[in-house]
Amino acid sequence: MVKVKVNDIEVDADPKDNCILAARKAGVEIPHYCWHESLSVVASCRMCLVEVGETKPDGTVAMGPKLVPGCQTPIKEGTVIRTDSAKVKTSQQMTLELLLLNHPLDCSICDQAGECYLQDYTYKFGKAQSRLDEPKIQRMDKYHIGEQIALFTDRCVMCTRCVRFTREISGTSELQVVARGSHEEIDVFPDEPCNNKLAGNVVDLCPVGALCSKDFLYKKRVWWLKHAESVCTGCSTGCSIHVDQAENKVYRLRPRENAQAQGHFMCDEGRFGFKYIHDERRLSSPRYSGAVTGSKGSYSNARGKPEDLSFADPWPEALKQARKRIADEIKSDANGFVAVFSPFMTVEEAYLLASFLKGLDRRVRLVLGPVPVVGNDDRYPKGSKGEPPAAGKEKFTIRAEKCPNRVGVEAVLRSFQGEVSRLESLLRQPDARAWYFVGGYPQGWVTDAIASAVGKPSLLIVQDIFPSPLSDRADFVFASASFAERDGTYVNHAGLAQATHAAIRPPAETRADGRLLMELAERTGLFNAMALRKEIGNAIPELSVLAAGDLGEQGVRLARYAQQPATAAT
Amino acid sequence: MSNVKKEKTVKWGEEPKLSILDALYLPAIASGVATAIRHAVSGKATTRQYPEVEPEIPPNYRGVHRLNRDEEGRVKCVACYMCQTACPANCIEIIAAPAPKDDPHWKDRDKYPATFTIDELRCIYCGMCEEACPVDAIELTSIYDLTGLSRQEMIFDREKLLSVFDETVKSGKDPVRTHRGVLGPASETAATAKQAPPPPGRGRRG
Repeated sequence: MVKVKVNDIEVDADPKDNCILAARKAGVEIPHYCWHESLSVVASCRMCLVEVGETKPDGTVAMGPKLVPGCQTPIKEGTVIRTDSAKVKTSQQMTLELLLLNHPLDCSICDQAGECYLQDYTYKFGKAQSRLDEPKIQRMDKYHIGEQIALFTDRCVMCTRCVRFTREISGTSELQVVARGSHEEIDVFPDEPCNNKLAGNVVDLCPVGALCSKDFLYKKRVWWLKHAESVCTGCSTGCSIHVDQAENKVYRLRPRENAQAQGHFMCDEGRFGFKYIHDERRLSSPRYSGAVTGSKGSYSNARGKPEDLSFADPWPEALKQARKRIADEIKSDANGFVAVFSPFMTVEEAYLLASFLKGLDRRVRLVLGPVPVVGNDDRYPKGSKGEPPAAGKEKFTIRAEKCPNRVGVEAVLRSFQGEVSRLESLLRQPDARAWYFVGGYPQGWVTDAIASAVGKPSLLIVQDIFPSPLSDRADFVFASASFAERDGTYVNHAGLAQATHAAIRPPAETRADGRLLMELAERTGLFNAMALRKEIGNAIPELSVLAAGDLGEQGVRLARYAQQPATAAT
Repeated sequence: MSNVKKEKTVKWGEEPKLSILDALYLPAIASGVATAIRHAVSGKATTRQYPEVEPEIPPNYRGVHRLNRDEEGRVKCVACYMCQTACPANCIEIIAAPAPKDDPHWKDRDKYPATFTIDELRCIYCGMCEEACPVDAIELTSIYDLTGLSRQEMIFDREKLLSVFDETVKSGKDPVRTHRGVLGPASETAATAKQAPPPPGRGRRG
């Protein structure tokens, strides 16, 4: 740690920090466009010019004669940074005036408006008027940049963050700067669009509205969006994300910086893979075989008219019936009762279901359901021939294991029955009489093997979000919630336990899994992930870090994994 | 210090003291009756014969909205949602869409309102929408006698709002605000942008 003075505020900074990071520690913002923590330094935008000096051994301060870029200037003991002098302020105003020379005044139709650094910095550091009397240069929009990306060429400030991203992080080098001087433009080679699996990140990286996501284009103004801190469930990397929603509809996912999980970025598979949560084929309400109007298990409402079902909540009756049937089955043959846990469950949900069933009888069998694995881990940056980087040189990895919480669910299962058995091992000689299946997979997961092995059991309960061959013939179907609709904890491949928060409410007659299981288990109180984490942390030694309750924004690493270095920390 | 300053700006009013005569209210009643009789016998009727005789509405009146058209007859609105954001009554609802790029008519436009609805019943006619509009596309006209037979009828869609524009332009009842001078640079079309810049000191310039 070295002592640095920023505008007379003394702070301890890391000697590896540049002036921008040191100033940030002092609570001083140095505006910047081209510099990004995980990309190389080019110092080309000139927005971060500051006055830098050093403290001489006799205590006098010698300021440098000219302004230097804060992003490129290292710090040392006694470095003095000034961002509030007239010299710096004039320079910031001039830089912004130049950047805005040909920038169109189309904030009204620009998707970035509201989260635009050009807007923000102009407001904070710029001046309100342009002295340009000539017409602005107008350039053609480029919709061919990528399948998911559109380039509004005249909004670009040539920070080249996107170009450096494709060179340094994805390694695919699709984006280039073409021409020179005031003719500079971002472009791709003919018929070589930027369609790599990390391409969506250039939209986040773009500090202005030049690169826009075609998927989100003109869908919603950003100031209407509310953000929830969540975790991507696309693969076992478990990228920290923001879920942006408005009026109970998710519009986009954005990566949330987390050096422990994935760094600054996320892959397109995860970014655009959330659409299934608004799929109209989703299970919309609970269903159970006894539910025939007028007979046993019928809905009833306060007025007692069986034909008027509009106000009846089907859940209490469905759960009551299910609870009774589960108890009966376990009483007659506990070993024949199998509960299949999905790796899409949160730790809390796995704990609730496991403790409920094991509380009825220790002999109930708990197994881990199918763990989807597609291909091999996809590691970045790619080499010039598309080959993956050498081990240890990864900057981003898309995991082959396409589920968020195998590690967490396994930890729960291990603590309840000592070992984790897989559903696959059970399918060879199916001897179960009653099944409790938990789904939650974004795609169909019920293979023919599973469907035929289940056969015609005496009790079949399916808790899922999409209809499947199993839900079609289940005795009980519990319509549950997607990842954006529930609170909980996911443990990623490296044992990082991260809290996820519900962004939207589940559809009308479905229930978030946690609440559903609380009610099924007849636990008192409402589902509260934080309280449950404390309980789990105390009950399961392997998950003892959860006892803190609050896992913070970055998550906490499980004790067994604590020694491993953070992967993909860029 | 600041407290003292504040107190100086506050003017305290005293309740007027009523004499016994005032407290009886009889003089006030008598003067009121006298006014009524004076009006009755003077012969100068002040009743407005509405709807046979329509009143003169000042041109800065804030009545029914209209959506303006640009020089080519397209809806001028660029779907920036500023009016919807500014609206204190939440009566504006816009759904934006990319302008049809294949249509040569729309070539110079990026974004346009696919739908634009105003609930005229919920609106409080405050004029914040036209103040917020960066391209002067939405305006309040001096049409004051808006009626309808159902709530649905009072929810104006884009075409209806454009027809209000056509109607008011034809009848020459443009709101005065339309002619307030040079528009902001955001409302320039490609054609007008090439013209000479407005003389300094007039209008907003970015």
